[in-house]
Amino acid sequence: MRVRTRLAVGAGTIAGHASRLAGRGAGDQISGRVMLGVDPELIAKLARDQRVVLVSATNGKTTTTRLIAAALEAEGEPVVSNVTGANLTSGVVSALARARGPGFAVLEVDERVLPRVYDALRPELLVLGNLSRDQLDRFGEVHVLSDRWRALLAANPEQVVVANASDPPVVWAAAPARTTWLELGTGWTGDSATCPQCGALLGWNDRGFACPNCGFCTPETAHRLVGNHLELDGATIPLRIALPGRWNVDNAALAIVAATRLGVRADDAALAVAAVESVAGRMATYTVPDGRTVRVLLAKNPAGWLEVLRYVQDVDTAVVLAVNAHVADGKDPSWLWDVPYELLAGHAVAAAGERALDVAVRLRYAGIDCLVERDVMRAVARIDGPSVTVIASYTQFYGLSRRLARASRAARPASEPERPA
Amino acid sequence: MTGTGRGTGTGRGTESTLRVGLVYPELLGTYGDRGNALVLVERARWRGFDAELVEVAAGDPIPDSLDVYLFGGGEDDPQTMAASGMRASANAVRRAIDGGAVVLAVCAGFQLIGTGYVDAGGEVIEGIGLVDARTVAGAPRLIGEVIVEPEPSTGLPTITGFENHGGRTKLGPGVRPLGRVTRGGGNGIGAVDGALAPNIVATYLHGPVLPRNPALADLLLTWVTGGPLEPLPSVLEEALRAERLAEARLTGWRARARDLRLERG
Repeated sequence: MRVRTRLAVGAGTIAGHASRLAGRGAGDQISGRVMLGVDPELIAKLARDQRVVLVSATNGKTTTTRLIAAALEAEGEPVVSNVTGANLTSGVVSALARARGPGFAVLEVDERVLPRVYDALRPELLVLGNLSRDQLDRFGEVHVLSDRWRALLAANPEQVVVANASDPPVVWAAAPARTTWLELGTGWTGDSATCPQCGALLGWNDRGFACPNCGFCTPETAHRLVGNHLELDGATIPLRIALPGRWNVDNAALAIVAATRLGVRADDAALAVAAVESVAGRMATYTVPDGRTVRVLLAKNPAGWLEVLRYVQDVDTAVVLAVNAHVADGKDPSWLWDVPYELLAGHAVAAAGERALDVAVRLRYAGIDCLVERDVMRAVARIDGPSVTVIASYTQFYGLSRRLARASRAARPASEPERPA
Repeated sequence: MTGTGRGTGTGRGTESTLRVGLVYPELLGTYGDRGNALVLVERARWRGFDAELVEVAAGDPIPDSLDVYLFGGGEDDPQTMAASGMRASANAVRRAIDGGAVVLAVCAGFQLIGTGYVDAGGEVIEGIGLVDARTVAGAPRLIGEVIVEPEPSTGLPTITGFENHGGRTKLGPGVRPLGRVTRGGGNGIGAVDGALAPNIVATYLHGPVLPRNPALADLLLTWVTGGPLEPLPSVLEEALRAERLAEARLTGWRARARDLRLERG
């Protein structure tokens, strides 16, 4: 490393440690910001020795990133990754700075940041999952993002991409590149009413979408996810993953296809992916002092909520809905009315978080009685049920994971090994 | 309430089903607009009415047989598409209103039941002209909590909502607004929000607006059923309203304090 590069990394690392000691989070955002302040060219310099894989999507990018990293690590490859979900420029720099030599850098990138860091990172592989409405009051429209991604790839048509063939804005974005398409099946369509190419109303059929006006449609591909089986390069690979929920099967499939494009055998990738139990505290389980198990799920937007509710629907658990409306959550929680909370019928439910009352009114009209308790830890303690599942919006999620981990440590004898990892 | 009650001017009967129409939810549903439909259906059912939510899918003609027409918010392209569908069905909607149906139009929906919308690129999207109101895209975008003191004739308490739009809507001569804006932007012209016409309420307020303002929901139901409605318990709604109104006042004061600091340099 050149002097300036070393200086930048050193200063940033110290800032990150200081932030961690002060209890202000994992420190990746702040350490990266300091590094970039000392050397603005740092990203390109650090990325030069790495085989860079970028992962972007509205939902699932942290998990998909972790799963790709797991598949590469199982091969014995050195991997750096922004495992804490710090996915802005600063988080990317922090992750790259941890590399101790040439290897893989598997990086999740915020979907708005992707075009800005692309040139500096020159990824070997780009993995694109899905685009849906997220924090509407802040960032505007899905098709604007999709257009930006497309412009980026039109300028870089040699880019190797693995992309979800079932998501219209992603297909529109990835079409100009050298893309391997994976058909994941129809998920959330609430934000894909109109054709990204011509603006007409999109039609949907068994195979996916098709525009009756201009012909824009689900691309032909032999790679698809059917139930819990991944059909890839003529083989059928069963997916039995430790992570809960349908949405994680999608993430796993995407990660396995990505790993195979990097030279990992599909069976090996599937094994490594299957073993991952928790990602950056998401999907983690804790044991609270009353002995019950608490699982925390992050849901950031209507598409994410739908997936999480479909999972919880079949689990015998009390449910705490913890919702804030800060910038990172979206300041307007009107999306509550697009989410089918009716799926929670039959569960004991509590409304928590700063917007507990919005949640409670929404639940009233879903025919669900609920406990209203703003403090989520108290809501967990007060609600009846064999176990508790907390579904949290973004800013509720992070503080909660810390508090539950603390409660969890207090709940078990010192001799027992701690979970989760 | 399909059938005989129509056009009598004394309500639409209680024998048949109240049909709450959610128009083009795929296009005009950006801000939880489904919530407005859900609230009307449930509040009718809680009072013993048969009520059903009828979705009018984008591309389908809008029938004249609905009792409530909900036009919600939407992004630019979907709004343009919704406009052409609405224009094709404008006569059906007018017939229904003449027969006693009611309309709630929110944000993009408000712009489209007006006479027209001039978008940021200068392109004109013709509305269906249920109210004399013309909108021009403007800046800055108006985002945040809003408080509206409604027209006294409505008998409504203070209205709370959240706005997120770039529209500047000018009401025609003699058109009454829904109310006076005391926090937030509303129509962006003349410190008022929305528009009122016989059997029509238009507003920029999301939230959605009816869950936060059950009295407004009940006003629409009163219009369509033609009679006074029994009150419903609304402890949660009142708590939510109090919280949102306090928040809007607080952010209003914060903004003023910030402006003062800026002025003093």
